[in-house]
Amino acid sequence: METATAPAKQSNVFRNKGTMELRLSKNERRLVMSYMYVAFISLFIGGLMGLLQVLVRSGNFELPWGINYYTILTVHGVILGLVLTTFFIIGFQNALMGKTVGYSKKQLNWAWIGFAVMTIGMIIAAITILVGKANVLYTFYAPLQAHPAFYIGITLVVVGSWINAFVNFRQFYMWKKKHPDEKSPLLAFMVVINMLMWLIATLGVATAMLVQFIPWSLGYKNTINVLLSRTLFWYFGHPLVYFWLLPAYMAWYAIIPKIIGGKIFSDTLARFSFILFLFFSIPVGLHHQLTEPGLDSTWKFIQVILTFMVVIPSLMTAFSMFATFEITGRKKGYGGLFGWLKHLPWSDVRFLAPFIGMLAFIPGGAGGIVNASYQINTLVHNTIWVTGHFHLTAATTVVLTFFGIAYWLIPHLTGRKLTKSVNRLGIIQTILWTVGMLIMSISMHIQGLIGGPRRSAYSDYGGTAQATEWGAYQMAQAVGGTILFIAIVLMVYIFVKMIFFSPKGEEEFPIAQEEDNAEPTPRWTENWKLWIAITLVLILFAYTVPIMDVIQNAPPGSAPFDWPIGNS
Amino acid sequence: MNTEKRKQLKSSQESEPNLKGTLISVSVLGVVILVTWFGVLMLYLSR
Amino acid sequence: MHLHKYEKYWLGLGIIGLIAFLLILGFGAFYLGTHPQSHGELIDPENLEMNEAFHEENLGLTKVDEGRYVLNVVASAFNYNLGTDESGAPISHIEIPAGSKVLVQATSPDVVHGLNFAGTNINMMVEPGYVSALEVQLDNPGEYTLVCNEYCGVGHHMMFGTMEVVE
Ligand SMILES: [Cu+2]
Ligand SMILES: [Cu+2]
Repeated sequence: METATAPAKQSNVFRNKGTMELRLSKNERRLVMSYMYVAFISLFIGGLMGLLQVLVRSGNFELPWGINYYTILTVHGVILGLVLTTFFIIGFQNALMGKTVGYSKKQLNWAWIGFAVMTIGMIIAAITILVGKANVLYTFYAPLQAHPAFYIGITLVVVGSWINAFVNFRQFYMWKKKHPDEKSPLLAFMVVINMLMWLIATLGVATAMLVQFIPWSLGYKNTINVLLSRTLFWYFGHPLVYFWLLPAYMAWYAIIPKIIGGKIFSDTLARFSFILFLFFSIPVGLHHQLTEPGLDSTWKFIQVILTFMVVIPSLMTAFSMFATFEITGRKKGYGGLFGWLKHLPWSDVRFLAPFIGMLAFIPGGAGGIVNASYQINTLVHNTIWVTGHFHLTAATTVVLTFFGIAYWLIPHLTGRKLTKSVNRLGIIQTILWTVGMLIMSISMHIQGLIGGPRRSAYSDYGGTAQATEWGAYQMAQAVGGTILFIAIVLMVYIFVKMIFFSPKGEEEFPIAQEEDNAEPTPRWTENWKLWIAITLVLILFAYTVPIMDVIQNAPPGSAPFDWPIGNS
Repeated sequence: MNTEKRKQLKSSQESEPNLKGTLISVSVLGVVILVTWFGVLMLYLSR
Repeated sequence: MHLHKYEKYWLGLGIIGLIAFLLILGFGAFYLGTHPQSHGELIDPENLEMNEAFHEENLGLTKVDEGRYVLNVVASAFNYNLGTDESGAPISHIEIPAGSKVLVQATSPDVVHGLNFAGTNINMMVEPGYVSALEVQLDNPGEYTLVCNEYCGVGHHMMFGTMEVVE
């Protein structure tokens, strides 16, 4: 059958292009802002903890009032890695959903319930950590045993996020039902992919919490299978980092083009890369466990191969970004090989911050490939190289992109304008962040390569020459970390300024459109049942044998240990 | 391949945007990955 | 789905590069045997004596043959047990001639630890219930710090020792 003459229903491509935009209601704005408040308060507390850490590790500072270094480390990890990220992401995604597919009244109520459950859980976990009853860092570390309230709090955060995920699925489903022959809005499609991945991934932590940690910490179970708890954690732990990254990619694919005055490079490619992320983000968690004794080397290697697959959609993304910049520049008349660089709006913080985030992902991604490289992982595993790595990927690529979003999202939500002076402060903030992170991350990478351990308070390790060398890099980290803290204070100031002191007005919610003659998006991109099926099959393939092995060939279980973390 | 199809193909290639700068940029990215990876591999082998 | 010509080049080369990495890693691992430690033997964390390697008198460094050593370690919060010297004092420093092959075996009676001779390829997780084991050749003379690089509690940074690889 000829495509051109076929009725719309039988065509294998979607007819519509672009996205119609809705207005966010007052209540929707309030919902998103609530998430933003939690995110920015977390940024400040977590950043303060980071400052204290680098100061302690410089060897010239002791924590007052008998506060334990590992309490601070736990707060830093949990509040930035779980709270800041999850709250910013779900808030941002809710804004995207409101803008593209909209909320019914009932959906919005459920979204508020999700927010409430997440916040209650977060407060319970935070208090437990702050009183020193959960110095277990954010990877839980069984058989170290925290107070049960910590595990219950974390579980509630996850459950709250699930409520939100189902609201997003419902919104998307209802929109598709109303628009059967149209392709879904690109950003809504991306949100649904990310929440699907999150839902499937968090089943791992939820299982570990409900079946292992909570009954064990309450005393209903005497022992715990340590390796199983670790494997379930990392089943979640790797997709977690993609859960952070994908919202940044949403902004890169579908928002940045609008900010630079261009169009989406390819709607289909953007969707396809997200589908690949859904497939390959989860069945790869063993690459965090390569040096663990109880897992089989063949299955470790298989998951290394799958990990390398997830590099491909990032290669696609890199190409799309440069192509967007080049095409836009050429259209504006900038010729030559790199002339298009000149047209980019360098003095617009909505562009500059995410752009530096993109640049940071080049060394960040390269380092990530090293980390996943099977035996080479022994060189860097648990050294501070890894900390340097995720301060590039999470704390620079993701966080700077989130800041870049905040500069327009928050004024949009509060009905104010992004002023010139805020923009200027934002640029200073971005530069401070970049400089501080460069100093801190480079010194972490080098110190890691020469063996310096991560997750450690200051120690001279008996005065070895190596430890002295590490000390020099830790001084550099203290310098970088201090600059970063100044940048955080500035960011919080900007946040407050944008909410309360900027002039009233209407700030644009930038959503990029496709080119008029863009290639239509094929219908197969929305074959959701197939995408979910492939995802599950890959997970079953990668994890069934390792998990059966961990359960069937388990050593005697471990009794709880609370004294090593000062929780007895 | 018949001539008409070939013509179509040709015209679709002509309408492709000029992405030389992009190709060079991603190549630089590729080189960063290669240098990092082999550098760390060498360090691993030397230990 | 339409791909720009250059994007095809880029993705093609990228995928070839990734496959090349995997082939190099696979060759090293499955042909030369440079796996990270895996297939841990089981052990009862409350009864380490069930494995001869962890009997008190077998802890620490033992020469088993010309140029071959075994190093048995019990990692516990917050100490590495490397055996005792003649006077009964705990050992925290060991010496190995350069060029020797060493089999490191470690386990934990309590929580998860790390075992890393910083600057060497000896880097393992030590988990209760498993014997961690890795054999390496030590060619480069120098002093290497033994550090616990996996969080094990508030005294985590106090777990250390040293190893001298001597000419
Ligand atoms: Cu990972
Ligand atoms: Cu430790």
